Amino acid sequence: MKNTISERIADFLKNYPPFNAMDSKQLEKLSLEVVIIHKESNTIVFGENEKPHEQFYVVNKGAIALSKEGSSQILDICDEGDVFGLRPLLAHENYKLEAKAYEETILYAIPIKDFKPLALENKRIGNFLIESFASNTGNPYSIKHRGKLYGTNNEEDQFSTNKILDLQPIKYSTDLISCNEGTKIKTIANKMTKHNVSSILVEKNNLPVGIITDKDLRKKIATGLFPITASAKTTMSTPIITYPKDLTLAQSQMAMMKSNISHLVLTEDGTTDSPAVGILSKHDIMVAVGNNPAVLLRAIKRATDFKRLRNIRHGIMNLLRGYLDQNIPLGLVSKIISELNDASSKQVIEIALSKMDEDLPVKFTWLSMGSQGRGEQLLNTDQDNAIIFEDVPEEELEKTRNHFLKLGESITKGLNIIGFDYCPADMMASNRSWCRSLKEWKEITAHWIHNPGSEEILLSSIFFDYNVTFGEKALADELSHSIFDHANHYPQFFVHLASGALKNPSPSGFFRDFLVEQDGEHKDFFDLKLRALMPIIDAARVLILSHSIKSINNTAERYEKLAELEPNNKELYLACSYASKALLKFRTRQGLLHNDSGRYIALDKLNKEEKIKLKRTFKTVKEIQSLIEIRFQVKNLIR
Amino acid sequence: MWPFSKKRQQEFPDFWWSYEAHFKEKLSDDIHKSTFVVLDTETTGFSLIKDRMLCIGALKLLDNIIVVKDSFEVYITQEHYNSESTEIHGILRKSKRARVSELEALKAFLKYAKNHVLVGHHVMFDINMINAALKRNGLPKLKNQTLDTERLYSKTLLKSTVVQRKERYTLDDLAKKFSISRKDRHTALGDAFITAIAFLRIVEKLKSKKLKDLFR
Repeated sequence: MKNTISERIADFLKNYPPFNAMDSKQLEKLSLEVVIIHKESNTIVFGENEKPHEQFYVVNKGAIALSKEGSSQILDICDEGDVFGLRPLLAHENYKLEAKAYEETILYAIPIKDFKPLALENKRIGNFLIESFASNTGNPYSIKHRGKLYGTNNEEDQFSTNKILDLQPIKYSTDLISCNEGTKIKTIANKMTKHNVSSILVEKNNLPVGIITDKDLRKKIATGLFPITASAKTTMSTPIITYPKDLTLAQSQMAMMKSNISHLVLTEDGTTDSPAVGILSKHDIMVAVGNNPAVLLRAIKRATDFKRLRNIRHGIMNLLRGYLDQNIPLGLVSKIISELNDASSKQVIEIALSKMDEDLPVKFTWLSMGSQGRGEQLLNTDQDNAIIFEDVPEEELEKTRNHFLKLGESITKGLNIIGFDYCPADMMASNRSWCRSLKEWKEITAHWIHNPGSEEILLSSIFFDYNVTFGEKALADELSHSIFDHANHYPQFFVHLASGALKNPSPSGFFRDFLVEQDGEHKDFFDLKLRALMPIIDAARVLILSHSIKSINNTAERYEKLAELEPNNKELYLACSYASKALLKFRTRQGLLHNDSGRYIALDKLNKEEKIKLKRTFKTVKEIQSLIEIRFQVKNLIR
Repeated sequence: MWPFSKKRQQEFPDFWWSYEAHFKEKLSDDIHKSTFVVLDTETTGFSLIKDRMLCIGALKLLDNIIVVKDSFEVYITQEHYNSESTEIHGILRKSKRARVSELEALKAFLKYAKNHVLVGHHVMFDINMINAALKRNGLPKLKNQTLDTERLYSKTLLKSTVVQRKERYTLDDLAKKFSISRKDRHTALGDAFITAIAFLRIVEKLKSKKLKDLFR
């Protein structure tokens, strides 16, 4: 009775416990009873307290998030091959958690009535079930679930210790090793060695005044700057940066990154006027393993396959959510998340390169464009990318291109697996129009600049935010030079680019009401990207390019630079910088809330405060648009 | 006798009439309430006259659910035989699979398809193949509405004149894009399954709720 589909299912199931314990006849029979369910992202498989279904589920593709109803905290993510929703069926109780499609998912639903007899007669299956229920993980045999990293945490852990570790007060060392200002360096070094610490606190009248770390000893003593007989006072770093003792993990990381220091001194009230209670080192943070950027970064660099990277990216999303909950400045957040996204992309490229059978004929550069190029990609949005490869003789060109196309395809596929959707307009390095030699790129960008039709302007606006993710930076630099050369000889281009920036529809109507989409699938939603973010991003681009600056891609940073370059418009530019951050944060919040790109916003879901905030940014959008209109004299252009 | 007269029509077998009877029911316009029959045929070649169907595979899709047991797969006994295409399909004329006559296969398919919308990749080829077989057996053409996944897929892509796009998308292209395992390529039911998954994902991308949006 078996058919092609049931064979296919059996072939998949046989790789995962408990099905790997079944003999093929049993599995064949079971597979025939399976129902395949496609779940759109964010749809519910079963709700909390719902009566158990007649079947349990195995994830075939995609991911299912298990959570308590009403809380955004995800307790477990079930990935390919994971089993869920089985225990309630065997225990005859209602579902304890809500299961929701985290992304588009294909499930195999297996009827319990066909599975149960097999489970009863096969001891290995029985054992799997007992163990999996005891440990509460989707798959107790897999080692990757053992660690408590990256969103695959088991339920127990999540509840007790690391429910977003960032939000927890950090543990710090309380037995302080200290000395006073007069102590000799040699004594200090001996003391530090004896206690095996990397830093020592310098106190005066029981109040902290300075700190000496291993680094100080290395930089100031070992280099001969100070003799070994010098006193603590000459060597210590002072004034010290102090924080209150109830610092959270995320805050302490921020503090270290901000001041570029590796040790924080914690005092009773957070100032230097109260006694020190502890020292927190980078190492302490590392020990408090969890979803934090440093650990994630290390995990990314160690990942050797795309699937592993995908799991880590779940952790990045968790981190982002935590940061936003804590209201950490968005400039900082986007830097960290972009850094992590960038590292993931790099790793994808490394993995893809290692999988290539042949060596690449010449050097190349991988460019990220659009939001990733601008360092504004907080959510998983579409991928836009391109390859520049070194010039080769004419007759080699197509052969070389084919090499890189193959690489491009493998990389874009990897990026897709780790969560970046394919670009719907196919602006990816797997497309031959976006995989070109340096010479070709020079020609084509020159063509865009000299023939600025609306398509060319659109392409320029996507392409000109490029950033080097991987490979030879020199190639990209040379291209940038060529672009500015052409642009400066043809200033008319900026006028067109400016007019392109003004093309986006305005965010608010005559009565300062939101303008919502009139038709299409997003009817009555507010298009945050098109109506608010794009105008402000486009304006930044044309302004900064007209100053011939290529090195800054981030919109907020572009405005900050502009404020520096044009002091007379400083106020407006700073307002724009603020607005761009506010809008991005808004979009990210919305996106996390609905697990999408956050582009379309249902206005009736916003509260009054949010609406006012949003409207305030519109004023800035209008002001910057009129500045552009006047500066580039767009009116003269026949539109 | 005049071939279009009523008398002639009434000579169709019972199974045709019960197939036709289904079309008196109106289809729901809600995608989630509509059953789709996703099908694929394996043939000896591309000629509607010379070549024959080797196998029909189909499955039913209702509200994002495929019931494995309720899938359809028949192998057809061959008179005409083209040795070139067996290399693709791996279906040898005398393989172990149980086979039925062309008429039996058609009868079973009509019973399975009822009035549901037929979905396929380059679906018109499959439909024309089946119609040719129906004609050989003295039966009229299929009456079902059809949807082509290639056409639907192009609808998910943005239109841009500068970026070149491919004109044609094969089932392999779709499987790649949607990362669907291509394990059972070139078995009718395996291809139907890949088509079905691609179809589901395309419908989600298009965010259509109404059946008529898909036909647009």
